[in-house]
Parts: sequence; C-alpha cells; structure tokens
Amino acid sequence: MTRVTLRALLSHWWRNPMQLFTLLAGLALATALWSGVQAVNAEARASYDAAAATLGEGQYDRLIRRDGQPMDQATYIALRRAGWLVSPVVQGRYNGVRIVGVDPLTAPGGIGPIELQDGTDIGSFFTGQGQLFANADTAADLPDLTVVVSPNTAPGTAVTDIGVAQRLLGKDNQIDSLLVLPRQPKTQAALDAVVPQLTRQQAQAGSDIGRLTDSFHLNLTAFGLLSFAVGIFIVHGAIGLAFEQRRPVVRTLRALGLPLRRLVLLMGAELMLFALVAGIVGVALGYVIAALLLPDVAATLRGLYGADVSGTLQLRPVWWLSGLAIALGGTALAASGALYKLSKMPLLAAAQPRALAMAAGQSARLQGIGAALLLTLSVTLMFTANGLIGGFGLLASLLIGAALALPLILDRILAAASAMARSVKAQWFWADTRQQLPGLSLALMALLLAMAANVGVSTMVSSFRLTFVDFLDQRLASELYVRTEDATQGAALIDFATPRVDAILPIQNADVQIAGQPTEVYGTRDHSTYRDNWVFLQSTPTPWDTTFAGQTILINEQLSRRAGLNVGDVIPLQGQDFTIAGVYGDYGNPIGQAVIGEDIFATLYPGIAPENFGIRINPDDVPTFLSELEAATGIAATQSINQAGIKAISLSIFERTFTVTTALNILTLAVAGFAILMSLLTLASMRIPQLAPAWAMGMTRSQIGKLELLRAVLLAVLTAMIALPLGLALAWALLAVVNVAAFGWQLPMYLFPADYARLGLFALLAAALAALWPARRLARTPPADLLKVFSNER
Amino acid sequence: MNAKALILCLLPLTATAQGFAGLGTELEGFAVPQPDPVFDFPTDHGPHNDYRIEWWYLTANLQGPDGTPYGLQWTLFRSAMAPEEREDWKSPQLWMGHAAVTTPDHHYVSERLARGGVGQAGVIADPFAAWIDDWTLQGDWETLQMTASAPDFAYEMTLTAEGPLVFHGDDGYSVKSAAGQASYYYSQPFFRIAGTLQLPQGDIPVTGNAWLDREWSSQPLADNQTGWDWFSLSFDDGNKLMGFRLQQTDGNNYTSATWITADGQTTAYPDGALSATPLDTHNTAGRDVPVRWQVQLPAKDVNVTVEAINPDAWMATSIPYWEGPVTVTGSHAGEGYLEMTGYE
Repeated sequence: MTRVTLRALLSHWWRNPMQLFTLLAGLALATALWSGVQAVNAEARASYDAAAATLGEGQYDRLIRRDGQPMDQATYIALRRAGWLVSPVVQGRYNGVRIVGVDPLTAPGGIGPIELQDGTDIGSFFTGQGQLFANADTAADLPDLTVVVSPNTAPGTAVTDIGVAQRLLGKDNQIDSLLVLPRQPKTQAALDAVVPQLTRQQAQAGSDIGRLTDSFHLNLTAFGLLSFAVGIFIVHGAIGLAFEQRRPVVRTLRALGLPLRRLVLLMGAELMLFALVAGIVGVALGYVIAALLLPDVAATLRGLYGADVSGTLQLRPVWWLSGLAIALGGTALAASGALYKLSKMPLLAAAQPRALAMAAGQSARLQGIGAALLLTLSVTLMFTANGLIGGFGLLASLLIGAALALPLILDRILAAASAMARSVKAQWFWADTRQQLPGLSLALMALLLAMAANVGVSTMVSSFRLTFVDFLDQRLASELYVRTEDATQGAALIDFATPRVDAILPIQNADVQIAGQPTEVYGTRDHSTYRDNWVFLQSTPTPWDTTFAGQTILINEQLSRRAGLNVGDVIPLQGQDFTIAGVYGDYGNPIGQAVIGEDIFATLYPGIAPENFGIRINPDDVPTFLSELEAATGIAATQSINQAGIKAISLSIFERTFTVTTALNILTLAVAGFAILMSLLTLASMRIPQLAPAWAMGMTRSQIGKLELLRAVLLAVLTAMIALPLGLALAWALLAVVNVAAFGWQLPMYLFPADYARLGLFALLAAALAALWPARRLARTPPADLLKVFSNER
Repeated sequence: MNAKALILCLLPLTATAQGFAGLGTELEGFAVPQPDPVFDFPTDHGPHNDYRIEWWYLTANLQGPDGTPYGLQWTLFRSAMAPEEREDWKSPQLWMGHAAVTTPDHHYVSERLARGGVGQAGVIADPFAAWIDDWTLQGDWETLQMTASAPDFAYEMTLTAEGPLVFHGDDGYSVKSAAGQASYYYSQPFFRIAGTLQLPQGDIPVTGNAWLDREWSSQPLADNQTGWDWFSLSFDDGNKLMGFRLQQTDGNNYTSATWITADGQTTAYPDGALSATPLDTHNTAGRDVPVRWQVQLPAKDVNVTVEAINPDAWMATSIPYWEGPVTVTGSHAGEGYLEMTGYE
C-alpha cells in the first residue's frame, strides 16, 4: 500500500518536472545563500576566537604601564614575588607576522589553542632555541625560523616562548603586558605599592575584535536570512501549488481506503526527502559562494578593523549542519499549512484549483493585524532601541511588518485604480490584477524584501564610504608621511627636511586608559593643518587655542560615547587635569583617541620621541624630496607613504566591501526574480478558466499575453515604490542604531537617487523577464484548451 | 596545550613513562649519586643543577588551640631539562611548588609553576632562601621563616631546629632498588613550628613539629618501580622512624628505613627490615588509596597502625599524589606524615 501510494504521489513530480525543479531549486538557492553567509561568518569568528584564545584578549584583566611603554622584566618578577598571579606577554611584528611570546607555565590558557603533536619539542620550546607555532600561511612568511604548523593558531600570528619572542623582537628583558589570573591568593601586596607605574585594564575594555566586527557580520547575516526568507516564499508557493494540483489524486487515494494519517505522513516524508536533497545541493553551492566571497570579506575585515581572518575556507560543522537544518526546518514550515489543510479536507471535496488564492484572501485580516503590530513595534524601537539586539529587532520587525502589509497596500491601490477605470477592458484588467494578487503576493513580498535590503545596505555602505573619504581628506592632510626607525633617524629627518618643506608635523602617541577605555593620546604640533581640517561634532569656541596651550584635551566620538565624556568634563592624565574642549569624528578607528598639545605631551611622556612625521610639501616636489632624503639620511622611500597612497589603500578596502555587497545584492535580486517567475508559471495554468471568457468575448490571445506582461511590470513598479521608503528606513536603522551599537559612532546618511533608480530598473527588468515566459505561454495557449473550459466544468 | 600538559610531557606521567612521574626514566648527561657522599653545608642546602630532580620538602603536624590536629605541607621541586643553568628564559630548570593544609575534614591544595633563570623561583644556599613567587622558606636552618598563600588558604610559620640533621641510608646515600638506583637524602626532622593558618573559617594559631626532607637524584627509581609509600613517624617517646616502600611491577616491594633517636642518632635498615601493609583503602578522587597501614620494624619492636587524619588528602596537582597527616597507635603512639604516589 505504502509503495503504491508513494508511486502515485511521486508520479505527480515526474509529470510536472518544472514544479519539482522549482521546489528543489528554490530550496537549494535559499540554503546556499544562508549557508554561504554562515560559512563566511563562521570562518571569521573562528579566526577571532583563535586570536582571543591565543592572547587571552578580553578574557583577563591586563596590567600595562601608564605611559603605554613596555615594562621591565623585573617588574613582572616583583609582582610574582608580591603574590600577584600574573603572566607576561610580549608582542610585536616580525616579517609582517604578529609574534606573541608567552610563558606557558604561568599563562592562564597555556599557549592557547595549540595542541601537542609530533614535531613539538618541549625542550627547544622552553629553552630559547626558537620554536614557533603558526598556521600554514603564516609559517610560509617565516622561512628562517623553526615553525611548527598548527592550524588552530590565529591567522597572521605566531605563538612562541616569551624568551624567543623577546629575542626576535629585540625586546630583551621587556614585557608589554601582564595577564591577571582570575583567582588570586589570599594574601598579596597592594598593586600600587608594588608597581605604581602600572595600570589595570579591565577584561572587556581591551579592543575586542569580535564585538567590533559584529556590525559587519550582522549585515551579512541579515542578507543570509533575507535570502532564506525569499527562498522559503518560493518553496511555500511550490508546495502549495503541488498540493492543490494533487487534490484529485488525494481524493482518489482516500476513496480507495488509504488512511489520512498515513497519507499525511507519506507526503511529509516525501517533502523531507526533497528538502534533504536540496539542502545538500544548497550547502555545496553555499560552499562555493563562501569560497568566492571569503577573500574579499577577509580583506575587508583586515583593512577595516585590523582583524586577521583566514582567507581559506574550512568545512565547519557549525555552518553546513545549520544549512541542512534550515532547509529541513524551512520546508517543514512551508509545508505545515498545506498538510494541515489536506488533513482537514472533506473526503470527497471537489478539487478547487483556486483554493490557494482564496485562502490567502481569507487570512488578509489576520495579516493586516500582524503587519500593524510589527510596524508599531518597529516605530517604538526606532526611538528606544540601543544595542545590537535592539537594532536587529528593529530591522526584523520593520521588514516583516512591511512585507505583511504589502498585499493589503497593493490591494487598496488596485481597488482605487479599478474605481477610476472607465473602459470595460480597463475595469477587467484592474479587477483581474486584483484577484491575482493573493497568488502573487508571496513573490512580491520577496521582491520587496530584496529591494529594500539592497537600498538599505547600499545606502549604508555608500554613506560610510562618502563620510570616510571626506574624513581621510581632513585627516590625511599632510602630503607625505615618513616613518623613522628610531629617535636618531627622526632627528636626521628633522634636520634634513626643515629647510626644504613647508612644515614637519611629528606624530607621537602613548597608550593610556581614560575612564577605563584603552585610548591613544597624541601630542600634536600647533599648525594650520589641524586647525583648518579637523571637524568637531561639538566643541568650545576655540578648542585648538586652549589645547595647543596645554590646557585642554580633544577626544574622539568613540571615547566620548563609551566613557560618557563631553565638552567641559575633566580627564586626568599622569596626574594632571585636562578639560575636554572638543569631540571630533574619528571613523574607522576601533579605540578611543585623544589629542593634547605637543609641549605638554613631552612633559607628561618624556620617554616617547616621535618616530612618525607628517610633512607638508608641494605634491610635485615629493619624488625629488624622497630621493634626496634617502641619499642624505638613509631613510628609504619605503619608509614613507604619500597621502595618495594611504587614500588608495583605504579606498581599495571599501571597494572590497562593495564587491561583497554587490555580489549579495545581485544574488538576492536573482532569487526574487526567480520567485516571480515561478509564481507566474504556476498561476498561468490555473488562470485559463479566468482568461477563457475574456478570449470568448473577443480579446486576442496576444492581447491577453501583453496584458499579462504589463500586469507583472505594474505590480513590480508598485512594489518598488513601497520598497524605496522601506529601504531608506532600513538604512537609517543600520546607520543610527546598529552602527552606534557596534562601532560607537553615528554616520550621516546620504541619499543616492541614481543608485536607487538603477536598482528599480533592475527590479523591473527582473520582473519583466520573469513574466515574459508565462505571458508567451498564455499567448500561445491552444484555442482548444480555452474552449475546454466551457465544455469541461470541473 | 596548557601548562599542565607541558609539565606532563616533561615528567612523562603517561602509560609509557617509566615509574612514577618519569622518575625511572634515564637521561643522559646528568650526574648520578655515588656512594660515600661528603656533604658540604650550607652549599648542599642549595640546588644541584647537574642532577635532574631535587626537592625541599616540608611537612608538619600541628595543633590548634582546641587540640584539633592539622597537617601542613610546603614543597619546592626542581626539575631539569638539561644538567646546567643558563641565563634568563633559556634556563632548562623548571620549578614546581606545592602547598597544602589538611584539617580533619578539609584538604586545601595549591600549586605554582615557574621557569628558572628569571628570578621567579629558585634556591640560594647561603643565606639560605627557597622561593617560588611569594612562597618562601628562608633562614639559617636553625630558624626558618615560611609562607605560602592561595585563593582559599594561607600560612605564615616560624621553624626552630631542636636537633641535628640526619642522613638516611649510607650516610645520606639512599638506595632505592635492588638494581642500585639511589639518591642523596638527608632530613631535619627536629623542627618546632609555630604560626598562623588562614583558612576560610578564620585565622588559627597553631604549634607543632615539622620535618624537612632534602633529596636529589637523576634517576631515583628503577624502571620497574611505579610509586612509593613514604612514612615519617614521630613517636611520643622521642624516637622517629622514616620508612618507605617502593612498589614494583613484579608485585614485590623494596623497603628501607631509618631509626632516629631523640638526640639524632640514626640506624639504617636495608630492604626487608621494614614492612608496611595496607589495612584499609579509601576511594578519593576516583581511585582507591590505602589510608590505614600496619607498619612493622621488628628490629625496634615497632608494630603500629598508621591512619590518615583526613583520608581525602589528595593532591590534585599537575602530578597528583596523596599526602597528609597521620596518627600512630599500637606498640608506639605518635603522629606523622604519609605520602603515597603511583595510585593512578
């Protein structure tokens, strides 16, 4: 019985391969986008975790020197002897690789995620002969060292014994920071009494890469979720249609005595099988998408946040399992309604091919209430949400609420148009469009979500880019930046350059804590470069005068927001109080920053000599200056970056962000277009009974086909008009809520009408392309089929 | 890989390792104890870097004001990867400190690990100081100051010697197996001790007797020896007994004992003279450990029952073992300390 039933059920798919394809392709596409995005996120997060595990970042309090300089090793020993369980860390760059030196015997996490394996020689690890642990890519950058390949090491990082790191980095007897173990002994000396020069940095205050990049991942996840939602619309449509079409089969099978329970089980099992197949295909496709996207994403994260992310993809269970689970879960979700209806269907009910559409109409009221509730929630969240979860809730309620409201709004518009129509043909067109709406609404919702997401995300990214480029113009005002290797070279540069250039601006900073936030304090020279170019978000009337006079301090927006500091508040530095004279925008910087005058900086931090310099010079003179500089002082041209170079690097980072955004934009639009195509295709065959009377009354088949095409484009236009404000609301939420939560700064929102117009055009094109084939099919329906409608009452 | 794993690698405490904590492993280049030693003090109170393993091992039986018995341990182990000392982080010397306080119903343990060469841990012979972090044992061996601190306990003690150093085995050359493995081994078992225990329930002033062992070697166990049971017993009549029983994979034991009179005269007894028989085991930390023993030394008419004051005195450290205070009853009454290793 089971076998026969299954064969009867499956025979439907063999006779309608297009429907089977729709179902499988929709599900596979949705799963692919979801698991692709998840794969990228999982890879990035794994990289952060490895970094965090290696460095104990964010997990343990740290002790650092108040002036940000490395401490003497004796300081470490003094603390241990005073009963403080602390563990030393030395860090630095060698051949571009971040070298992290730890003492495995005192480190709270040992040497991180590295596992003992063949080739690990404890003796040489411990006794300074130099054994490093790094992943394969990083190991290739350290050809002259003994590197043990350890895949779990953070990308771009090599972990080694502290003694080896000190030697490699030229930091003999120096320690950069001390990790404070969570459990300390009962009796220990007070920290200030042992090491007054150190300050304790709270565990969460460290630059937590994971938190910083949350916003970026949130964007990706939103895309993935959206694509999946769109995919589920497709699957829902395909399943609903298949069930409708199989009503006669179901009626027959049940009339033959098949129990309802078994029938529902078999149809459910059939779908789960399809879901599994499509899920596997989708995960495979997702892997391809992720592999294509990952290098760009990795480059973006590295460029924007300094987060090292592995550029190679690993097959992690976390994302492929979630891909399969969501394919199965999504199918179950999409099919549950259809199976429920099937189980409630009277045994011999006549097959109602339009039942799907009718049911959709009946639930309109419920849908309206849901939309109203969600939109009210989103408006409330707009004013109250802070933090990433609130921001995410805002995005979700806004998008879903708008999607639910879409069919109702379209219905109202069409009703109004119908009322205004004069000719019979026009009245029929509007009425027919309106009654088709329930069948198309899922596809149109998908289009709405895809377009709104595209408008929102590209507005955010473009606003970010515009702001950032402006900001670079202000900030990188010097034509040339030179990095010297030490104070001697710095002095040589000053001697050489002073008579030749317009101005030399030393760049020097100290790492400090302000109100518990890690902050870089810059000592800045009084020059018009700063006075003319820097833009303040709020300030006293003369912020620069008082700051260069050594009385006040300027802070960036991140520090202002995180520490709750504003103009007029007082910040102590090295025991001296400074009043905040201004808060400036500082985009792209993960940590706090503050500016004081050059002279007061030298007084407070006498140990820090400037090694980087900004040089004001006629841009045309740069090449000559550089070659003369090298000849006179030995400062190589590679030690300098001209402003154009820095800008080019920054912009290329944004180009990569755009590549990722554009790729995802195109994919979501394509999925939405596919949804429209499938909806129209399935509707086409059902619509013959509705079109036959129009044909019988004298409309030609080609007229009917053209009207079908027009109808699809019209609906797409209406959807696009609703998508635009929705997308802008989305962009606002991303910029004003999500960004502030994730980065600590708010971005101004810019509008890009040309982009939106182009996007609208694409959407119309997608809709038209999707409608073309079904319209042609309608136009070519054999007259015999149309006639059959009248002879063959069902 | 964590620090623990590193230590375990270093002192291979795995199925493949030889003996307990790798102490049966042969390592080239290290010096080997020779018979007829001549000790040179205070130099020999300091480290012997050309030997692989060495310890400064203090245990004490204490009483509180209400007569409650307590046990105390302060130990510094030195373990070398190479028979030398080098500057800074290149030092092949590793240090491990264990501190413990045992009450009748609690056992507090703490462990510290350190590298040699940087000053975090070490031992200086003159003036004598042994330390790891803030844990110290220092003084002139007539009087010693001792401290240790952990998240849940701490102590500060003063030790006063009331007798001479005693040398085990053949004038300090202590044979450990029939195959001739040996160590240098001497003790100061005559310390009076007084100080304060800081426990979660509050500070407790205590007094009692302490026993400091010094031992160093490079391969103290034969490769078929898997652990030992070690007794340091102080009888009420002033005599003391040090005895150990080494467990062998062939099911036999190797025993050794030193009888110490109240004025510090010693008599060494060879294999077989001492017998130690488990009477009762206790399940602690997932394994059965004998916590009641019958100890016999017929040559001195000793036939006593040794019983743990707290049978859960398990040292959950990198290298785990049992170490705690005991009571002695039978032919002689008294108190002492029991150490048991190799109970995996």
